Amino acid sequence: MKKNLVVIGNGMAGMKTVEELLSSAKDQYNITVFGAEPYGNYNRIMLSPVLCGEKTIDEIMINNRQWYQDNDITLNAGENKEVVKIDRTKQVVIAKDGSQVPYDRLLISTGSKPFIIPFKGHELEGVVAFRDVFDVNKMLSYSETKKYAVVLGGGLLGLEAANGLTQRGMHVTVVHNLEVLLNLQLDKVAAQLLQLELENRGINFMMEANTSELVDDGNGHICAVKFDDGVQIPCDLFVMAVGVRPNIALAQSAGIHCERGIVVSDTLQTYDPKIYSVGECIQHRGDIFGVVAPLFEQAKACANHLSGHGVASYKTLPSATKLKVTGINVYSLGDFHGDEESEMISFSDPSASVYKKLVIKDNHIIGVVLYGDTGDGAWYQSLLEQRMNIEDMRELLIFGQRYFQQESIAADLA
Amino acid sequence: MTNNTQQNIAINTLSTVKNISTVNTLSTIKTVCPYCGVGCGISAAVDSTSREVIIQGDEQHPSSFGRLCSKGSSLAETLALSSRLLTPWINGKKADWSTATSLVAERFKQTIEKYGTDSVAFYGSGQLLTEDYYVANKLMKGFIGSANIDTNSRLCMSSSVSGHKRVFGTDTVPACYEDYEHANLIILVGSNTAWCHPVSFQRIKTAKENNPALKVVVIDPRKTATCDIADLHIPIKVGTDVALFNGLLSYLYQENTIDQSYIEQHTQGFEETITAAQNDAFNIDTVSKKCQLATHVVDTFYQWFKDTDKTLTLYSQGVNQSSSGSDKVGAILHCHLATGRIGKLGCGPFSLTGQPNAMGGREVGGLANQLAAHMDFTDDNIDRVQRFWQSDKIATKPGYTATELFDAMHEGKIKAVWIMATNPVVSMPDADKVKEAIEKCDFVVVSDCVANTDTLDLADVKLPAAGWSEKDGTVTNSERRISRQRAILPLAGEAKPDWWIITQVAKKMGFGDNFNYQAPVDIFREHASLSAFENNDQQALRDFDISLLANISNQEYDDFQPTQWPINDEKPQGQARFFADGGFYTPSRKAQFTPLKVRAPQNQPSKQWPLVLNTGRIRDQWHTMTRTALASRLNQHKPEPFVEITSADALSFGVQQGHLAQLETAWGKMLARVEVTDTLPQGSVFVPMHWTAQFSSQGRMGALVNPAVDPLSKQPESKHTPVNISPYQAQWYGFIVSRHPLVLDGIDYTVLVKGDGYYHYELAGKKEIHNWQSHIANQLEPHSKKLTWQTYLDEKKSLFRTACFTDELLQAVLILSPHSELPERNWLGSLFSPTKESLQPDERLALLTGKPPLGTPDVGKIICACFNVGEKTILSAIKKDNLSTYQEVGESCKAGTNCGSCVSEIKALLA
Repeated sequence: MKKNLVVIGNGMAGMKTVEELLSSAKDQYNITVFGAEPYGNYNRIMLSPVLCGEKTIDEIMINNRQWYQDNDITLNAGENKEVVKIDRTKQVVIAKDGSQVPYDRLLISTGSKPFIIPFKGHELEGVVAFRDVFDVNKMLSYSETKKYAVVLGGGLLGLEAANGLTQRGMHVTVVHNLEVLLNLQLDKVAAQLLQLELENRGINFMMEANTSELVDDGNGHICAVKFDDGVQIPCDLFVMAVGVRPNIALAQSAGIHCERGIVVSDTLQTYDPKIYSVGECIQHRGDIFGVVAPLFEQAKACANHLSGHGVASYKTLPSATKLKVTGINVYSLGDFHGDEESEMISFSDPSASVYKKLVIKDNHIIGVVLYGDTGDGAWYQSLLEQRMNIEDMRELLIFGQRYFQQESIAADLA
Repeated sequence: MTNNTQQNIAINTLSTVKNISTVNTLSTIKTVCPYCGVGCGISAAVDSTSREVIIQGDEQHPSSFGRLCSKGSSLAETLALSSRLLTPWINGKKADWSTATSLVAERFKQTIEKYGTDSVAFYGSGQLLTEDYYVANKLMKGFIGSANIDTNSRLCMSSSVSGHKRVFGTDTVPACYEDYEHANLIILVGSNTAWCHPVSFQRIKTAKENNPALKVVVIDPRKTATCDIADLHIPIKVGTDVALFNGLLSYLYQENTIDQSYIEQHTQGFEETITAAQNDAFNIDTVSKKCQLATHVVDTFYQWFKDTDKTLTLYSQGVNQSSSGSDKVGAILHCHLATGRIGKLGCGPFSLTGQPNAMGGREVGGLANQLAAHMDFTDDNIDRVQRFWQSDKIATKPGYTATELFDAMHEGKIKAVWIMATNPVVSMPDADKVKEAIEKCDFVVVSDCVANTDTLDLADVKLPAAGWSEKDGTVTNSERRISRQRAILPLAGEAKPDWWIITQVAKKMGFGDNFNYQAPVDIFREHASLSAFENNDQQALRDFDISLLANISNQEYDDFQPTQWPINDEKPQGQARFFADGGFYTPSRKAQFTPLKVRAPQNQPSKQWPLVLNTGRIRDQWHTMTRTALASRLNQHKPEPFVEITSADALSFGVQQGHLAQLETAWGKMLARVEVTDTLPQGSVFVPMHWTAQFSSQGRMGALVNPAVDPLSKQPESKHTPVNISPYQAQWYGFIVSRHPLVLDGIDYTVLVKGDGYYHYELAGKKEIHNWQSHIANQLEPHSKKLTWQTYLDEKKSLFRTACFTDELLQAVLILSPHSELPERNWLGSLFSPTKESLQPDERLALLTGKPPLGTPDVGKIICACFNVGEKTILSAIKKDNLSTYQEVGESCKAGTNCGSCVSEIKALLA
């Protein structure tokens, strides 16, 4: 008799885990998936290209409803299928519409929620996050009729939103409270190159600016943004892109141990041994997650345990981030600031819009920032992950992999 | 003229070499090459309006038959005006000719009045034409009345002159190039012919290919490129040549291979000389010991000499630049006289001259111990020349020779000097002292064709002389062949021919009636007349006789075909050889054997100066690089001053390949890049002679060389100076490649290498230099505003590299490292080529690696300067097509098919 696996959350981490499970232990579980969004499973990372108009929703679907059928997965998707309770004693989950599904194993992959700063006016019409298809559709409809967009947050999502809205014809201002854009990914030099490039594309920036209030047009709709220095700029659409928080409300209400996220072990098990959790909702060894690469690693380890193989353990590796703005190549990996004991190798050619920095410690790469010429990102990542001693490669390291291939060609010649 | 136009001209001149079809309305002018003494004929296609020139070998010239070496082939690249001196200067200010020549005349006159005739001097050059030389000699000796005129020929030929004169009675070269094709044994003594006389070398090589019986022996402490064709290399201990040839004479005597009848009929002094030779070098064991050679090597050499009637001995600076240079020449001449192998087809002793017109200078008498036209300071000759010149006041005794002249200047005895077409601050031994001497001298006139030399930097008056392409007159090469050098371009700027400058000054000194020449031909006729003047058995018989040309018409002079002197009624077509039937120019008409004994070089190594310094030329540079360094492809073969040292010595003195070393002698210091090689004997080092302060901060080898001289010839011993070598502890190494010249003061080691469209500076220092970018930016500012920078920094490893641009145009690249291993310079240099399009993005990102982006070939170090073929190109051709001979390499990639002087290097790559 097959056991029941219930998955809460139809996002990328949860479905990756299911895919992994299907490939290693196809018939082990009856699988039921709950999702609050009324779709199959789509690639959330590709929402930015959708916003820009470079991709359609269909093109970013990973698994459509047919796939669930083909794999005998019960998909409960839609607003009323949102799971509202986990009864750990009875081992059942209960959805908004009252339906109940029992589980032998439960996987919580509820992801994260965009953080909404509770300014005065944050509940006005025209204030959106940038998290899902719903948000994208809302922004697209604004772009058709309205002019002024303000994006709060100069992080990856904020810049991607700003780029998309600019391409959709809006006048976009990015408001950032620091002087460095993408400050979690870039150092100052790279950030300045990026800002210059985005400015050239028509995006406006207000750096080191603190928003104080979103102004009501009198009809419950935003009409302007006010700053603490009194400056006010017009605004029809306000995109809040100041980060995400692990979505742990359901787990918390079920009494599962949470801190910032749902605390899991190296096997992605929560404090309830029947319950696993992966994705942006978890907290592993103190870390929480916001990019896709570690999620996939979690999915692999988790599936390994769900299938009973029980040998994998998850370890967080530095993961690379890229900005999905066509024509702008940014790559960031690991500890790109370094510390007193680390060393830096840098290459910059600002007028060619190229900047590269490697952070080295004990003859190993520990961090990478690439701007403009990011082709070697994957190579650096493999050197970092393999903990390759780069001492003998050091002089040409920053110029990329091709020089090490060429060395071997030259050696052949000699 | 603006700087820009000059650049354009430079580019045009360069491009003609590559693209002949772009030149219109050409006229073809036959002239001769201005470099070594081979005297190759040139056929120059010229567009005089654009100054575009195409240089090709003159196939009709009997000394070279159309061949040219890498230097001669590159002449068109040296004709740009940007580096020329184009106007007279007085004390750093531009002046006109009238003022300048008046000042020179006035100051010379005043100095003579105040301090006497011997307080003034001329220091000339084998680069002067015979006509220039003639008037300079006539002015100093015949009218100023001093013999203080010496030339840089003192540094290169004077031991041959004195050696010839002591034995033959005159300075006569008895053989000629044609003998190469008839000899069965060619002995090259102290001559890296392959690099210093490449066209002669090629001719010998061809002769060897056509005549399997021809053996080649190379006598040289170093295993040079010349050894490539040697059947026997004799790595003789420096300075012991007299013992080797005394030993040979003893051996020939013992083996009874001497020509008793020639000795009896045509020579004197054989008995004493053979005794002296036997005392010095009785047998092969003694010779082997004295010369530090294996006995079988000496034995083989002696046997070959004994067995080969047609033996030709060629010798050059390894013989001449020695404190026993005259004796070395004598010892060689003895062996040829004793066997009667002289003046006959395929045999004889044959001095290879270093400069294009050292021979012309010798014919004129332009050395301090000669009077004129192969006449010395004897009472009857003084009277004869005075009558011919109709002068009131003629020099009656020899003047100061080169080293004496600058010593006298240092002591304050010479108060006014005129230096013509040479660079003694670089080329003289103890060159730092020479520099001091010139600095001390009250009045210094320098006439030169280029604007900046180490010597011009010290001049009170600079006079712009015509350059090679503008000069008109005659020169004589090693084989006594007089050729017309014809102007191929009009005079540049205010430049004037040397003869004109000298006669202007002579006129202003009050000697106008005697210096009233309208053209070089007027001077030539007088020179020819002097050679004929009372030249007969009864009065003063001389070898140098061109009497047939005394009345040469202007047209005949213009059309004059290369001819070997003598040229007289008896020999209207000239004469190939001398002395087959004796007829020497001594009072007895017999050659004079002179007893000789080997003498060690004057200064011996010691604990403090444990090694022996040898010096010499490299393949692609001429003298002090004032002209060859303008042709970028000539700078690629050996871009920096270097020191060759054996691996054993490198180990014991702690110097490493590619690092810098300091060389120090009792006279001076120099920095050079270390090249470890076992082609020279342990205990010795070799440095090239060419680098000057214009190109290197501390690369002047002249500063090291001892001022020891041969007692007879007064030629300096440039091939032997005790020296110490130590590692130069650079804190950093680096180089800059820049589109525009930079001033790099305050850096210990800098070497400038002019490239095609760029200036390349090799750098090293002990002090850290900060703010490189602003330093470079300040200097590039006048040329290029709004620089943008590309930068690579690895602070921990002290690696810093940067490049700057204006818009897309690359302006400069700087590479710094704490190690001497730096990226290749060639590819970076190629990015500045006038024909190079703007950088591709991948090239831009690859810049600071010094390596081309993947897919772009890196040709490697340039091996073939003629066709600019690099080592890696050759290696990949060899590998790809499985080539096994240098001829196949030539077919495949052209390398080595022009001048052929890189063939030995190609062979090394094949090995």
